Amino acid sequence: MNLDDLVSTNGEWLRGSGPEADIVISSRIRLARNLADFPFISKTTESDRAEIERILHSQIQAIQEAGKAPGDALYLNVTDLAEVDRQFLVERQLISREHAESDGARSVVIDTDERYSVMINEEDHLRIQVMHSGLDLEAALQRINMLDDLIEEQVNYAFSDKLGYLTACPTNVGTGLRVSVMLHLPALVITRQIEKVFKSLQKINLAVRGLYGEGSQATGDFYQISNQVTLGQTEEGLAKKVADVVPVLISYERQAREFLIHESQETLHDRVSRAFGILRTAQTISSEETLHLLSSVRMGINLGLIGDLPIPTINKLLIHTQPAHLQKLSGNELDAADRNIERATYLRQHLNVDGTSDPSNN
Amino acid sequence: MKCQRCERPATFHITDLVDGEPNELHLCEECAQTYLTPTEEEAAEVMPAMAGLLAQHLAVGESADDLKRLDQRACPVCGITFLEFRKQGRLGCPHDYTFFAEELEPLLMNIHDDTQHIGKSPKCGAAGADQQTQIIRLRREMKEAVATESYERASELRDEIRALEEQFRKDNG
Ligand SMILES: [Zn+2]
Ligand SMILES: [Zn+2]
Repeated sequence: MNLDDLVSTNGEWLRGSGPEADIVISSRIRLARNLADFPFISKTTESDRAEIERILHSQIQAIQEAGKAPGDALYLNVTDLAEVDRQFLVERQLISREHAESDGARSVVIDTDERYSVMINEEDHLRIQVMHSGLDLEAALQRINMLDDLIEEQVNYAFSDKLGYLTACPTNVGTGLRVSVMLHLPALVITRQIEKVFKSLQKINLAVRGLYGEGSQATGDFYQISNQVTLGQTEEGLAKKVADVVPVLISYERQAREFLIHESQETLHDRVSRAFGILRTAQTISSEETLHLLSSVRMGINLGLIGDLPIPTINKLLIHTQPAHLQKLSGNELDAADRNIERATYLRQHLNVDGTSDPSNN
Repeated sequence: MKCQRCERPATFHITDLVDGEPNELHLCEECAQTYLTPTEEEAAEVMPAMAGLLAQHLAVGESADDLKRLDQRACPVCGITFLEFRKQGRLGCPHDYTFFAEELEPLLMNIHDDTQHIGKSPKCGAAGADQQTQIIRLRREMKEAVATESYERASELRDEIRALEEQFRKDNG
């Protein structure tokens, strides 16, 4: 298996199953860890980074070869990857944008079923992340603890009894744990309640980010909710805090959807049908518009307004219509204008599957 | 249903989180608009960046001279100065948490509302943190020795590092 094989597959977190999968896309947990006998990344030399990479890579490989971690792993040297490949991994949420764009020796180990990935030499020496489809934080926490324990048997993590796991940035110190749940909240956006919800979340120290994390404008009504605090609470406590608020958000979103159906079913049905119509017929379309329209269609499917289209198909289109994915799928380097044409073609092909021919070809 | 703030019919049903508990509000479009528009105060209430946080707590009770002196303090292990940390928001090595403990404490309190870890800890124990920071320091000294062409000193340091690494492996094997 190599990177190109990932292009046509659909990772675990896009499976569209799991608890509450109509609203909760995925649950993710990441841990930040550092080796005790090396400086943090900002004070490493090029040879330090190469040495850290070698040590961690070989330990993870040994764990893999001993059959202790689930499934097969793909090892990628990020430094050597083409820009489009790095971008592809970011879109797939297997590496962070920072990892894609920084310098020096760095790599990633990816479970080929995309249930976990391990970044080496990101902001910290080690960033382990686990992702599950739907709302499934307990299982995700269990899996990441197992991976962490396996690696910890082999190396010495920087740790103090007072401050816990020591990280390059003081915002991650302690547990090094970031729990995040990606939610699809279109009805809260339409009813203009979303801002209010976010402010309430901030008050209880939870962060809200867009689809692609840090600083990204949330587009297409997809939002990630995560903890800010990492010190002074247990891992279970931190996960529980996020896990407890998610059902509340789900029930708000469901209420808002019911309200929309009740108050103005025609308007909602019209909105969803138009979105579907554009996606099935457009000849050129931006990724932003695609995200917005797919969001409407996704809600329409969940409300039974559009039949016969599985949610995993929509989840896949959300990712496959991103710039690097399109280029990997088409096998060509494309500029923005060509991507918009390619994107529209791809959407028409995948959304006109009910036996009728592509209406735009007539 | 009537709007809770005026006589018009309520068309917006807002559920607010108050301390994690849902609180229902039924409003007309106009009142909902007013309610949902963040006040300036609320808009400013975003998690301040690390630099801002640091500037905030450092400004209190510290003269310019104090700040200058503080900024020049450098970690003996990795060499990072407090000024460098303030600028980049990233520390240079694990020892910085000890060396800058006093400066970091209010910052940690601000971010986490706590300064004591109670979560998971390494199963085999965090053995020999001092030894580990010593290795980091020696590696840096060796690099400097090579840079100044003090090869004899560099080779001494290399032997020292190897001995420590060896001992380290035994302790943890
Ligand atoms: Zn009113
Ligand atoms: Zn240091």
